Amino acid sequence: MMHLLWLIPALPLAGFVLLTLLNRRLSRTAAAVIGAGSVGLAALVAIAVSASFMLSPPAGHHFHQVLWTWFDTGGLRPQVAFYLDAMTVVFILVITFVGFLIHLYSTEFMEHDEGFTRFFMYMNLFVASMLVLVLADNLLLLYLGWEGVGMCSYFLIAFWQKDAQNVYCGRKAFIITRIGDTALIVGLFLLFTHYHTLAIQPLMHAVGQAPAGAAVVVAAAWLLLGGAVGKSAQLPLQTWLPDAMAGPTPVSALIHAATMVTAGVYLIARTHVLYTAAPDVRLAVAIIGTVTLLYAGFSAFAQKDIKRSLAYSTVSQIGYMFLALGVAGWDAGIFHFMTHAFFKALLFLGAGVVIEALADEHDIFKMGGLRRELPVVFWTFTIGAASLAALPLVTAGYYSKDLIISTSLGSVDGSAWLWAGAVAGALLTGIYSFRLVFLVFFGEQKTPVTRRPRWRMQTPLVVLAVLSVIGGFVWLPEWMGGWKPFEQFLSTALPTTDAGGWAFGLGEATILEVVSLTGIAVAYLLWMRRRAATAVFAARPAPDALERYWRAGWGFDWLYEHMFVIPVEWFAHVARNDLVEPVVKGIASLNVLAWRGLSASQNGLLRLYIAVAGAGLAVIIAVVVLR
Amino acid sequence: MTTLFYIAGAVAIIATIMVVTRSQLVHALLYLVISLFAVAVVFFTLGAPFVAALEVIVYAGAIMMLFVFAVMLLDVRAQKPPRMPRSAWAGPVILIAVLLAELVYGITLHDHALAGGSVGPTQVSAALFGPYVLGVELASMLLLAALIGARHVAAEPTGAAAGEADAGTTGPEEAPEVPPAPEGVQG
Amino acid sequence: MATVSLNSGLILAAILFVIGFVGLITRRNLIVVLACIEIMLNAAGLAFVVAGARWGRADGQVMFLFVLAMAAAEVAVGLALAIRFRQALGRLDIDAADEMRG
Repeated sequence: MMHLLWLIPALPLAGFVLLTLLNRRLSRTAAAVIGAGSVGLAALVAIAVSASFMLSPPAGHHFHQVLWTWFDTGGLRPQVAFYLDAMTVVFILVITFVGFLIHLYSTEFMEHDEGFTRFFMYMNLFVASMLVLVLADNLLLLYLGWEGVGMCSYFLIAFWQKDAQNVYCGRKAFIITRIGDTALIVGLFLLFTHYHTLAIQPLMHAVGQAPAGAAVVVAAAWLLLGGAVGKSAQLPLQTWLPDAMAGPTPVSALIHAATMVTAGVYLIARTHVLYTAAPDVRLAVAIIGTVTLLYAGFSAFAQKDIKRSLAYSTVSQIGYMFLALGVAGWDAGIFHFMTHAFFKALLFLGAGVVIEALADEHDIFKMGGLRRELPVVFWTFTIGAASLAALPLVTAGYYSKDLIISTSLGSVDGSAWLWAGAVAGALLTGIYSFRLVFLVFFGEQKTPVTRRPRWRMQTPLVVLAVLSVIGGFVWLPEWMGGWKPFEQFLSTALPTTDAGGWAFGLGEATILEVVSLTGIAVAYLLWMRRRAATAVFAARPAPDALERYWRAGWGFDWLYEHMFVIPVEWFAHVARNDLVEPVVKGIASLNVLAWRGLSASQNGLLRLYIAVAGAGLAVIIAVVVLR
Repeated sequence: MTTLFYIAGAVAIIATIMVVTRSQLVHALLYLVISLFAVAVVFFTLGAPFVAALEVIVYAGAIMMLFVFAVMLLDVRAQKPPRMPRSAWAGPVILIAVLLAELVYGITLHDHALAGGSVGPTQVSAALFGPYVLGVELASMLLLAALIGARHVAAEPTGAAAGEADAGTTGPEEAPEVPPAPEGVQG
Repeated sequence: MATVSLNSGLILAAILFVIGFVGLITRRNLIVVLACIEIMLNAAGLAFVVAGARWGRADGQVMFLFVLAMAAAEVAVGLALAIRFRQALGRLDIDAADEMRG
């Protein structure tokens, strides 16, 4: 079965090609069948391949499929080849399965949109690129997928391109991630010039031989981290993700929550040898993760727009993953990636239903009382929020977050500061996630419901809600019996970390339980019991200013505007008449002059033409004869 | 033979200059005939009697006949010959003098005697229908194309095309008189 | 038999060619222009024949025949064009055909 691996990215790609070629000739039904069907088939193949991988593990616990040599020049000989190991299995399952659910959802969500076929075209291309990214056996192919997902992200953020604001948001996302991408490609250059290969496994082997803290390894680790930070919207390149919510909601769910933004996590986990050899950079990863998760937690807490709140929450949760990677809890990071993909996709899809039902209303303060109007959404959204808030014992998010928090202290790289940040982040998560639940589904109804979801939008919600609950039971902490099939499975691909004994784990878990329940309780108090008092308090000058500051993402946009955009614009304005300008203008006027002269020579006088031809002949003969 | 070559060459040059300078068209064409005859003699002195005969028959005969027909058709006498101002010659003559100087310089870099002897019709024909047979076929096609092209270009725009053009221009006024097309045509 | 040198023949061809060229540039009567083209083609043919005579081979003459065929074709089409030219513009002055200026 494993030789079918190539089909997994090929099927969505085929869907993309088919949709592109037949664009206008397809009915909506046909486009939906191709768009969702190709990803569905890919999911089936992925399940079959993964099942065969788990039941009869190949030698060395990895499977390598070489399709063809991409090109061969100057010693660089990348192959179009796929590398399947335990970590990749997790990623392809999540991408194809969650991707399929979101495609199914989109067939109903987008049904009245004029760009229906175009939407599925980009979505299929995205899924194909993302699969190439995680399956690539060399960093260059990975980079192809990396750029492919970035491009699709840009297309899909700016999907409703008739509104200039959406296009601006797409451009912002593209340009800011480009900063990270540039760092990444420079990192690849560095690795290639030093190790003469970009194939991941030989490269990692070579890096593993290098002495710890070797300059090239540290530099490469920093550069790859730059790429990961840009793609995963971590500090300081996080400003694009909240604006990326300008795209359709399924896009936010698939690209900007479940898959693409975790590409940075994948990259770091895939090159973990590099980060093992560069402990300073790994510490930086952990610090970035912790600071980001706190920063984004506060920002999510202050948002009015439901999707922006969820976007900041995504930034925050990816911060947790970075923290896990930074303290060498590679498998914990992947675990949280999986559970996060389930519950965050669920939350976005639920938010999409709410926004649709209220005729494109994004402001949570204008929602309310939807508990009875949209029961399925209410229950699934609440389960998602509970998983996000790490509601103890019954949710997937609890297990993954607990693991990260205990690793952040218990690992050899852990520290109390990181742990404290993670715990504070958990409190914030509890508050902001249930703030959404209470504001949107409880209280009095403020906007009438105009559209109700049908089965294609509700099924994915239910499936994801189930996964948000049971997805965590594959890795139980020591004090709950230590049943860890997920860790055992991942241990074939990633080094495991000892997060401490069971007593430590139990104490840790108790703290997390208390904290997350406190967060939920605070949210209950603030937005259920004392909603009026909260509103009065929030209207006071000091809290209001703070809230505005947080809502604006701590003023990073303002800062970047004044640090980079305005100086560059000013310089461009000043340098308008620089030395290069006359040259450029001179070339232009030279062309105009030549045009005038040549067009004057076309005077229709045949005899003149002949005379000029004769003169030319004289010159040519002179050159040939008198040479 | 050498003397004959130089005499014939001189005649050819003088006659050709006359062709270019005469303002009367018929005079120019008569000088062209003389020039072609002179070149035929040159060919003969070069040991190419077959080509010399063809020069007389085809060039001085057939092609000149075409010119004469064209002059008759065009009624050239009605045309006042355009006067050439003397200054109009200066530029071309300088240009051409340069060109000629270059050509002569290039030609005189090396000299060889000719092989001598005569290459008669037999050898030429053997070559024509031996290695060059494809070229002969191409030349025949070229002539056919020229025949058809000349017929097409020179033909008056009359007949069906002209009729259609007229119908097109006068269509609106005459429209009521045009009988409706029979239904069967569509089928 | 005293033979002519190669250069004399080629120079004669060059002289005839450039005289035809002068006519081509200076004369405005279309018929004379065509005659000048004939002169130039004839000169080119002469050069072929001279070159053929240099080696005592028939190839030069064969080439002359091709030039001849081409000249005949050219003059036929050229004169047909002259007739149409006259019909369209009312005269044979090639400077009248300057309507297609760039």
